[in-house]
Amino acid sequence: MSLLEVKNLQVHYPVKHGVFSRVKAHVRAVDGVNFSVAPGETLGLVGESGCGKTTLGRAIVKLVEPTAGQIIFDGEDIAGLSGAQLRARRRKFQMIFQDPYGSLNPRMNVGQIIGEAIDIHRLADSTSARQKRILDLLRGVGLDPSHVHRYPHEFSGGQRQRIGIARALAVEPELIVCDEPVSALDVSVQAQIINLLQDLQQQRGIAYLFIAHDLAVVEHISQRVMVMYLGKVVELAEARTIISAPKHPYTQALISAVPEVDPDSKRQRIILPGDVPSPMHPPTGCPFHPRCPLAQLPRCSTEAPALREVAPGHLAACHFAQ
Amino acid sequence: MPLLQINHLSLDFDRGGRSLRAVDDVSLHVDAGETLCLVGESGCGKSVTALSIARLVPAPPAKYTGGEILLNGRDVLQMSQRELQAIRGGVVSYVFQDPTASLNPVFRVGHQIMESLRLHRPERANAAEVVRLLKLVGIPAPESRALDYPHQMSGGMQQRVMIAMALASEPKLLIADEPTTALDVTIQAQILELLLDLKRRLGMAILLITHNLGIVGDMADRVAVMYAGQVVEEAPALELLRRPRHPYTKALMNSVPKLRGNLPRLPAIAGNVPSLGDFPSGCRFAPRCPVARPECAASAPALLEIEPGRRVRCPYTTPL
Repeated sequence: MSLLEVKNLQVHYPVKHGVFSRVKAHVRAVDGVNFSVAPGETLGLVGESGCGKTTLGRAIVKLVEPTAGQIIFDGEDIAGLSGAQLRARRRKFQMIFQDPYGSLNPRMNVGQIIGEAIDIHRLADSTSARQKRILDLLRGVGLDPSHVHRYPHEFSGGQRQRIGIARALAVEPELIVCDEPVSALDVSVQAQIINLLQDLQQQRGIAYLFIAHDLAVVEHISQRVMVMYLGKVVELAEARTIISAPKHPYTQALISAVPEVDPDSKRQRIILPGDVPSPMHPPTGCPFHPRCPLAQLPRCSTEAPALREVAPGHLAACHFAQ
Repeated sequence: MPLLQINHLSLDFDRGGRSLRAVDDVSLHVDAGETLCLVGESGCGKSVTALSIARLVPAPPAKYTGGEILLNGRDVLQMSQRELQAIRGGVVSYVFQDPTASLNPVFRVGHQIMESLRLHRPERANAAEVVRLLKLVGIPAPESRALDYPHQMSGGMQQRVMIAMALASEPKLLIADEPTTALDVTIQAQILELLLDLKRRLGMAILLITHNLGIVGDMADRVAVMYAGQVVEEAPALELLRRPRHPYTKALMNSVPKLRGNLPRLPAIAGNVPSLGDFPSGCRFAPRCPVARPECAASAPALLEIEPGRRVRCPYTTPL
């Protein structure tokens, strides 16, 4: 059984305008998304800015309220829960953020930051048990336990991200949504954090929804990868398959645009024309058709392609994918 | 004579009475029409080196403590304010990482390009030239886009405007400091393609600063790798990517996941990037180096030419 199952999830933000703040339009940040995550699995989520990947991640941990759809976690729909009911379930799913400094309270030391999570969920029955737990967590993420009284500004970017990871681990979650966890870090430090996340997964069986724009990082860490464009999933497949044999023309362009270190790789760069359209006014039909090199009018501009299985376990939303 | 020749440049920052050396004995050159990539992580001194070429690092708090920066044979560090005004945005133009922060939000983009023309090519400061420049950088409907304010444009379009402004003076050297880092992957591909195309058509040299080794393979003729204020390796781009010689370059290349890489685990570099003021003595990479020997911490290695056009700051590079 899957740990997380998302069914037809929608998050629409109202756009308000004028003196009475009337709702003028909606930004369809996430527009009907379906997927599942198995226990201990890493599902990668890629897409460009404005595609809705961050909103989707936040909706799953209920930091933003979904407009419609179901978020079934451990067999229970949490989409409509709030208050104490939600807080009790939150222990099972946590989040790690992109900016390790902006997401840590500068007035709290490391022990307080991690201890707060333990206190909220009442996970330690004595002061000494609480302290032991904090020190174990610090060791577990590769930090020196003697730094427990230090403040976030005394750490480097990579170490701060380790603190964020320790805080997420403090409540023993089953799923962590990682939103661009390495993109703010120096290149030489990124690999350390990626390795740490993989080690923790092996030790504790945590599942990750790993959101990033760097395809190579996502391919490396994920078992399956999902690609989003303008609020919709356009392709979902096993990591190796999607990188070596992408079916959707957007995924193909995205992969070809990655600058490659290997000077002898023979790749043909597909340069997409134009910019990502505004999610407030998405194109009709297939959202990708104005930039698509394979688009055939009028079909692509009128008929929205469904996300369908083009090969076992390989979903793509394109009329022409085979 | 190279277009740009930096010899033994050193630059200090004054912080609380302490002198901290951000750029330490850096020597580089850029020939006319070639692309040099300057690669390194945050705090390695790559941006400060690039800014000092037009003496744009404010002194104080900075202090140019030694060396020379020869631009067409003339030392920038000896120039008067008047001469500096002429080369800034003239022979040398800059494009920065964040176009939103670099453009003035209250003026139309055409006006801002015109400003650059008035300063450097007053004889061509007219609307037709503005439109020509916008067309040159691939902006569709340039006549109407010239009337846009920056916020009406996407990040990729804004970066094209920045490049048009930089090209207004017909520079011999374009310095681009992480020009695509703030952009999406597909837009990054567009801008890199534009830079390659402009270089071919206009024959200008490019100094491209990046932390992304993938960009090096696509763009560079030559590469210089910096670490903790020093150049640690310099080589023709393909040579460097195929056969990196400095342990830092090697470790950096290995630690980056590659598409279809198929590695179960990344060979990470231990430790953190040292920050300014905390540079280790001896070899600065020694505390993180996988092949360091005891003597590495004791004596600072020199940047040695190991074959023509290849310099490495490590005495223990394996022979080929």
